[in-house]
Amino acid sequence: MNRLLLNKIILVLSTLSAVVGISFLFWILATLTYKGVSSLHITTFTNDLVEGGIRNLLVGQFTMAIVASIIAVPIGMFAGIWLREYSNNSKLASVIRNLSDVMMSAPSIVIGVFVYALFVAPFGSYNGFAGIIALTIMMIPIIISTTDNMLSLVPKELREAGIALGGSKHKIIMQIVVKAAKVGITTGVLLSFARIIGETAPLLFTSANNQFFTMDLTGQFPSLTVSIYNLATYPDEASRELAWAASFVLTAFVLIINLTGRYMTRNKK
Amino acid sequence: MSNLIMETKDFNFTYAGVDAPSLKNINLPIEKNKITAMIGPSGCGKSTLLRAMNRIHDLYPGNKYEGEINLYGTKGKENILDLKKENDLISLRQQVGMIFQKPTPFPMSIYDNVAYGMKLAGVKNKSELDGRVEKALKDAAIWNETKDRMNTSALGMSGGQQQRLCIARAVALKPEVMLFDEPTSALDPISTGAIEELISELKKDVSVVIVTHNMQQASRLSDYTAFMYLGDLIEYDKTDTIFMNPNEKLTEDYITGRFG
Repeated sequence: MNRLLLNKIILVLSTLSAVVGISFLFWILATLTYKGVSSLHITTFTNDLVEGGIRNLLVGQFTMAIVASIIAVPIGMFAGIWLREYSNNSKLASVIRNLSDVMMSAPSIVIGVFVYALFVAPFGSYNGFAGIIALTIMMIPIIISTTDNMLSLVPKELREAGIALGGSKHKIIMQIVVKAAKVGITTGVLLSFARIIGETAPLLFTSANNQFFTMDLTGQFPSLTVSIYNLATYPDEASRELAWAASFVLTAFVLIINLTGRYMTRNKK
Repeated sequence: MSNLIMETKDFNFTYAGVDAPSLKNINLPIEKNKITAMIGPSGCGKSTLLRAMNRIHDLYPGNKYEGEINLYGTKGKENILDLKKENDLISLRQQVGMIFQKPTPFPMSIYDNVAYGMKLAGVKNKSELDGRVEKALKDAAIWNETKDRMNTSALGMSGGQQQRLCIARAVALKPEVMLFDEPTSALDPISTGAIEELISELKKDVSVVIVTHNMQQASRLSDYTAFMYLGDLIEYDKTDTIFMNPNEKLTEDYITGRFG
């Protein structure tokens, strides 16, 4: 009897906790959708920030995130491949692996400050390159860890089979092992992209923000997340509405990228 | 001397980070176009010995080989323990193929799986590739099941089919020797039967060394049998002799199931 009772109590408690957790999530999403959609207009997408739209912000945010990915993905992947395939789990490898894990949990504002000191202060102005560098630094350890973990799931027999068939080590790694881990690595890249596209802190005082459309990375660069931060604190209704709209669009993008990643993992075979 | 394809001479093998050798003074002949089985309880070193024959141990640093393993291949006598350069090891592995316990299809189409080794070996001509892929799949008795789905992923095949694909992939390179490391222990009885039949067919063209835990398999399949125990080669002889009339008490005890 006692056992059954305990079972029921645990069941009720865990259900309750799940409901509380999930209801907050839905609350956020519902508010965001309600406020966001009601503030969305066609002009939101066609105008730049200076005219009450987010066109330049979207382009700016994606430009920085995409350029950061183009730099971070190869570096992170090759570092991950080295860690898993070439380092033979040496001392150096475990030091690098631990450092990379620490980097992954470093507060993003700290990375922002670091990049400010190195790439903003000496040049005397906020610039898009600094924003890209900050995002790249955030992304590299995530890619390293994903690549490392996904490669560790590839059975060692597959490597041996490739070598036994007369392949050289680098060919087997590039043509077979990485291919076998492709889905996992791609998912990791997508998820890390979703992570950095929504970052504010590393951009706040690196690329800062720009009201106008620009592709000039040497000056202040438009950013969606920094704009949300700014707009939300303005007193006028129009600015706050635009902040809602921008938040909704950003959340939608992040959600889509995340779901794509999850969908890919599910259809792995 | 009879017709040898390979032989080990006073061969010792020590794994990285271990003091005692895992194989001690192994002198084992491998007869050409015959099947040699290696039996013995787990940990006796039979897989370790097999994996020395194509130097796959070299994938992991720090392992130590001593003695000789001679290959009497197309280039004449060659001690494979003298090979240093990656290219020489690659050419060794093209002559000495290997099949693993678990099927190891590559994440690519059936055709590409079989063509992969040849492409590594530098075969580029499309019609030559096509012909050799077909022949290899026929030799591995899997052509009928695969000819209509050459471009589908090899990962969708059954375990037994995957294993025969791996054999086809190795056969395509026209090796001198093929090493089988418990090739059927992950398969059902029907697939096991098919693989055994295939191995007996193969000995027309290649010499086979097979490690197995299955005594019936060793006696059904092989011409010669080596019994190993705790890193020593206890007895080597014709399979009939080993199973009917072994010299050593230890061999008899193992074969009759008194230990192991």
